[in-house]
Amino acid sequence: MSPIGTFHYLVLSSALLLIGTVGVLTRRNVVVILMSIELILNAVNINLVAFSQALHNIDGQIFAIFVITDAVAEAAVGLGILIALFRNKETVLVDEIDLLKW
Amino acid sequence: MDVILFLVFAIIAVVCAINVVVQAHPISSAVSLVGVMGSLAVLYLLLGAEFLAAAQVIVYAGAVMVLFVFVIMLLNAGAESRKGHSLMVQVLAVPLLVTLLGLLAYIVQRIYRSDTTVHFGGFTHGTPQDVGRALFTGYLLPFEVTSILILIAILGAIVLARKEID
Repeated sequence: MSPIGTFHYLVLSSALLLIGTVGVLTRRNVVVILMSIELILNAVNINLVAFSQALHNIDGQIFAIFVITDAVAEAAVGLGILIALFRNKETVLVDEIDLLKW
Repeated sequence: MDVILFLVFAIIAVVCAINVVVQAHPISSAVSLVGVMGSLAVLYLLLGAEFLAAAQVIVYAGAVMVLFVFVIMLLNAGAESRKGHSLMVQVLAVPLLVTLLGLLAYIVQRIYRSDTTVHFGGFTHGTPQDVGRALFTGYLLPFEVTSILILIAILGAIVLARKEID
């Protein structure tokens, strides 16, 4: 019997979630911020698949597929916005994009 | 065997994830993210999610990362310089991070009840056949709604990224 349980997968998921959060909060490049968001979504997917295995139920994997689909749609739209932004502002650093800052 | 596989690929995933955040150049971050996606695909395989592991490699490590690298090349984004942080950030960053970590540990500890162990081959209902049956029977409406979502995303990306033609 292997000593690796669902708990260990939850710990891995928490670690990835934290790293992704730190990335979103500290990086200035919009592309890297989008990558950190992908990290966070992947942390969610590990949780869903681990619980799917623990409960012997496939619904968690179906949810993970929907999360992957949403992540792809989000990346496509986000990068489209980024290209439009770069065309107008000539920068990809979030602290230089302060159009709405009063 | 399962323990070794889990430990090796979990450590690779975490190290690559840290590398995504600390690398100054976006291309290095993108390559590290491919490492995270690949090792997570192995972990899905350990959990019995065969279809999801394949989808992870094809969709994430393939399509999404190509999109990211393409945009990085297109925008010619160089290495990002670090800026000095304000006083509030220097004082509050570490305590808030520790609070978040403590909260996460508490929630995981609280919710986690069963002590189910994960061993390879313990759960074999993640084949494409099982996923397809669930997707096209019980989850048919969400599946169709997702296709509309993707259509909207494609249209939105085209409208946002095209050149203004007067």
